Formats: sequence, structure tokens, C-alpha cells
Amino acid sequence: MNDPRICDRPEVYLLLAAFVFAAGLYGLLRRRTLIGMLIAGELIFSAAALNVMTFNRFYAPKPAEGQVFVLFLMGLAAAEVCIALSIVIAVYRNYRSIQPQDIDELKG
Amino acid sequence: MKPFPYAHVLVPAVFCAFAAATVAGAVIAAGSRRVIRGVCGLAMCCVGLAGLFYFLQSPFLALMEILIYVGAICVTIIFVVMLAEPEEAASSRARSRAWTGAALAVSVAAFAGLSWLGTSLPAPRSLAAGGDGSVKAIGVSLLTTYSMAFELISVLLLVAIIGALVLTRSGRDRP
Repeated sequence: MNDPRICDRPEVYLLLAAFVFAAGLYGLLRRRTLIGMLIAGELIFSAAALNVMTFNRFYAPKPAEGQVFVLFLMGLAAAEVCIALSIVIAVYRNYRSIQPQDIDELKG
Repeated sequence: MKPFPYAHVLVPAVFCAFAAATVAGAVIAAGSRRVIRGVCGLAMCCVGLAGLFYFLQSPFLALMEILIYVGAICVTIIFVVMLAEPEEAASSRARSRAWTGAALAVSVAAFAGLSWLGTSLPAPRSLAAGGDGSVKAIGVSLLTTYSMAFELISVLLLVAIIGALVLTRSGRDRP
């Protein structure tokens, strides 16, 4: 069982990715500010990237494909953060607050 | 070729340091009360993830992780924190405690399920399969197999830039 080193076993990476995902989920549910929720979303993105790289390294035959996939994932995350932060700034300008419970004008 | 002295101790130690940075950064990012500490936790988590990517034999991704996440995303979030002063409201303590318990239960359940899935996998067949994950291979596959996705993501980034400009421009002349 202990034959391969700790950095050559896929379970370690998968457990780390699961932990980062769970932390992101907890932060997304618990945080009360829009920026905190955005940070938690970034954690979930990172967990997905680590998962993709783990499966690509240990279970897929081609090493370059997973790296390309994770690069696209990072580009998507950057675009998402850019748009979300500009929405946060626009909301702050209109409401003078970025608490999600203050932004309730569309509530029925 | 002689191996590096104490490599059989140093390599797992460095790996454990990066894994600990990832875990601690994720905990700080999710659990801290102030947003700026959360951003610092996210940066720490991304440094640890970059080390893990290095151990997964993709040093280019490790560099990109530091460059994009720590260098661009965290700095941008810090700018917005300075602009918008997001303080957590200290209201509704009782409901907040129940909500925190529910969030903790959901995330623990997700972690348990995912780790059960991850540890019940079959062992990997062969580590050193064909092809190399070098920067040259990445560049070739970006410009041949995935050229369409490459162009699409550049268009997406352009749309994101224009969208951010439009969103933050409206309402600027208001006091």
C-alpha cells in the first residue's frame, strides 16, 4: 500500500480537491457579502481544475490535453471574475451596499 | 547520475507543505469573517494549488496558476474590496447560527461523498504513458486541435472586457 510515494497517488489529490470544493460550498452558503461568495466560487473552480489535472495525469493517456483544458478553465474563471466584480461595483454605486439581503427590489 | 541528497525526504516534505497551504488557504478563504482575509486565503490556496500542479508534472500550469489567480484575480478582488468596503452585517445572530450549521452539514456531506468516490477508484495502470506534457506539446495542441476553442475563449475575454467597461461606466456621473 505504501509502495508509491505520497505525491504519486491519485487519492491524495482527489481528497484535496474534495476538501477545497467542500470549503467553497461552505463559503458560498455562509458568506453574507457578494465578494465573499465570489471568492468561494473561485475555490470551487480551483477544485475542478485540480480534479481535471489529477485524472489527466493518472488515468488519461495524453498529458497535454488536460493542461489545455485547465488553461481554458482559468480563462473562463478570469472572465467570470471580471464581469462579477464590475456587477458588484455597479450594485454598490446604486445601493451603497453589497449585502445580498439589501438588494431585494426584484422580490415579488 | 547521482540523485539530490535527501530527495526521498525532501520531496514528500515539499508536497506536504503545498498540500497544507492549499487546505489552510481554503479554510481561511471560506471561514474568515473579514473579506480581505478571505482574499489572502484564496491567494494562499492558489499558491498551494500551483505546487500541486507542479507535482502533477505540469509546471506551465503552475506558473499560469500563480500568474492568473494570485497576480490578476486576487489583486482585482482587493481593488474592489478597497472600492466597495464590504463589511459583514452583525445582525440576525440566531438565524445565522442555524444557517452556518446547515452550510457545514451540506459541505461535510459533499466532502464525504466525494472522498468516498475518490478513494474507491481503481489503481492507475501506468504512469508514464505516451506523449509529454511540455510547453511545446501544449502550444501545438492549442494551435491545431483546439484552435477553435482558443479563438472562442479569446472572443469571450474580449466580450468580458467590453462588458466590464459598459457595466462600470453607467451611473458614473451620479454623485
